[in-house]
Amino acid sequence: MSNARQKILARLRDAPRPDVTSIGKGAVESPVWDLDERIRRFTDRMTAVRAEVVETSPDTWMQALQAVCQRAGARNLLYSAASPFGEAISRQPPVAHPVTTGLESHKWKTTLFHEIDAALTTTLGGIAETGTLMLWPDMQEPRMMSLVPPVHIAILEAGKLFNTFSEAVAAMQWQDGMPTNALLISGPSKSADIEQTLAYGVHGPKELVVLLIRD
Amino acid sequence: MQTTDAGFDIRIRDALGNERVRGNFRRAMDGLMQRRLDLFPDAEAMESLRQHGMRIKASALSHLPELLEELEAKLIANGIRVHWAETPLEANQIVLDIMQSHGATSMIKGKSMVSEEMGLNHFLEQHGIDVLESDLGEFILQLAGEPPSHIVAPAIHKDRYQIAELFREKFPDIPYSEDIDELTQSARAILRDRFETAEVGLSGVNFAVAETGTLCLVENEGNGRMSTTVPPVHIAVTGIEKVVEKLEQIPPLLTLLTRSATGQPVTTYFNMISSPRKPGEKDGPEEVHLVLLDNGRSGIYSDPELLATLRCIRCGACMNHCPVYTRIGGHAYGTVYPGPIGIIFEPQKGGLDKYGALTTASSLCGACGEVCPVRIPIPSLINRLRYEANHSNGVTPGSGSKHKNSEALLWKAWSLLYRNPLLYRMMTKAATRLRMLAPGKAGPWTRYRTAPKPAARSLHDLARTHGVDNE
Repeated sequence: MSNARQKILARLRDAPRPDVTSIGKGAVESPVWDLDERIRRFTDRMTAVRAEVVETSPDTWMQALQAVCQRAGARNLLYSAASPFGEAISRQPPVAHPVTTGLESHKWKTTLFHEIDAALTTTLGGIAETGTLMLWPDMQEPRMMSLVPPVHIAILEAGKLFNTFSEAVAAMQWQDGMPTNALLISGPSKSADIEQTLAYGVHGPKELVVLLIRD
Repeated sequence: MQTTDAGFDIRIRDALGNERVRGNFRRAMDGLMQRRLDLFPDAEAMESLRQHGMRIKASALSHLPELLEELEAKLIANGIRVHWAETPLEANQIVLDIMQSHGATSMIKGKSMVSEEMGLNHFLEQHGIDVLESDLGEFILQLAGEPPSHIVAPAIHKDRYQIAELFREKFPDIPYSEDIDELTQSARAILRDRFETAEVGLSGVNFAVAETGTLCLVENEGNGRMSTTVPPVHIAVTGIEKVVEKLEQIPPLLTLLTRSATGQPVTTYFNMISSPRKPGEKDGPEEVHLVLLDNGRSGIYSDPELLATLRCIRCGACMNHCPVYTRIGGHAYGTVYPGPIGIIFEPQKGGLDKYGALTTASSLCGACGEVCPVRIPIPSLINRLRYEANHSNGVTPGSGSKHKNSEALLWKAWSLLYRNPLLYRMMTKAATRLRMLAPGKAGPWTRYRTAPKPAARSLHDLARTHGVDNE
């Protein structure tokens, strides 16, 4: 439909050029909090939407993960063996049936939809203002991991907790190279489509657990 | 349902007579207004943020043709295919062609108002395609065979009992429940298999970033992510006005959108798609398409004042705060977009001859303009369109179509009377002396009200006798 393209663009070009010089500047608040305050705000926002935040450390996260899996009744856990966290999990699996993301491509979708109880992903960082995780899924940690299984466990290193989304985009210069899919995740899946009443676990994970690792 | 001016009065009367639906809207709108307010505790900061949002959208519109070309070039470089459509029919045909090129017969849909504008479901079903809505509200409406009544909360007119009844009728095997969590879990179970097996997923777009070639989707349920991640083909449909220049402009727009729409600091998911699956990636669609729809937008673009309509980010705050919308509900409008944004957008898109009566569905209280996150002066635009409906020199299609000679004559007489002191004095004299002759009935106005009668003495006359107290 290149014809449609030309006609649409021609009409837009024929129109008088809108003048925006008279529109005054506004501003976005850009709060800056110290780490404790960022953690407090992140945790408050996350728990307000029924996500769980477990504060842990580089030495104790494995026990925390084990406890989370046990409580969620996860018989298996999908994870990437490539990250330092994954290496540790491979050495000392927190569940009876660990499954790595190295499984064959043609089995991927079926396994995710029918077998996996919980998936563990790392994160690019977090956002304190809104209680948000940033994920850039990749070959090692594909997109469906944080979407299809009923439980999503996410590892967030406290040092990667930004104040705001704006700050994170600017600091990491997202505009220089966006991945196939970038995600902000702020809690388990929910809906208010019936009577504006919140119901959790609609199409995505029913539970979101954040392992917040602090040195 | 009649979708033009013809049935508007009837639809309003029916809506006002339906107490159950009125109650559902009142409760929901009260909740939405309060939640929005809770998230804008500081009025000054809110105004500044609205100004910021307005500027982003206005400046994007100021070089819309260039941004659309930049967006297209970036998307193509990223591996996303771009299609242009002037009309809904063209857009529908593009979607169908893509499906047929894959031999696909099933589609799963995330929520998209542009697809409603296209009448996509109906079109595809006529061509033998199985289309399934996956947003909970849209899923409910598809079962009921109804259009959305709100652009963000499409099934807001229904209460849980009506939805429970609908589920009982459509899914007799599922145990009856009026519990919202159980109803939601039933929908989850029903839709899971369909996500897994659908051949094509369709979504709308909240923001399209020209700088990076990124399609942004805002949602809570995860059905949008499912529809854009699991099927092998993803088709996104959007209006040409959704493009913004830079990625750094997205965070403030997202904040404005989620706070204004549902009073959330952020939604559960913000899904940014910049390319199809890359080699080595295990999931995500192998093909991503974007359909850019005009459907009257480039016409709106040509007027410097009406252009503001295109800033809309579809948050629905204008309808949540509209006293008319809250009372008559979304279906009474008979259009895809209801409420204040609908009554300015639909007549510009579809013509004042067909949709001009919508502009009368406002008391001009100004609430819509005050809450709009991108400061669209909706009340002024309503006035402008009312004027154009009565004057054939307007730029909007169907201008002058509501012009009535009798009404025009009446206003001419009024204007003459008020410009000529002698005539004015004669008229007031006649009106006060002959006041008993004033008609007791004045059409629909006096159906529920007493007709006004002129006073025995005019205000001028009274002032002359009693003097004016300037204190």
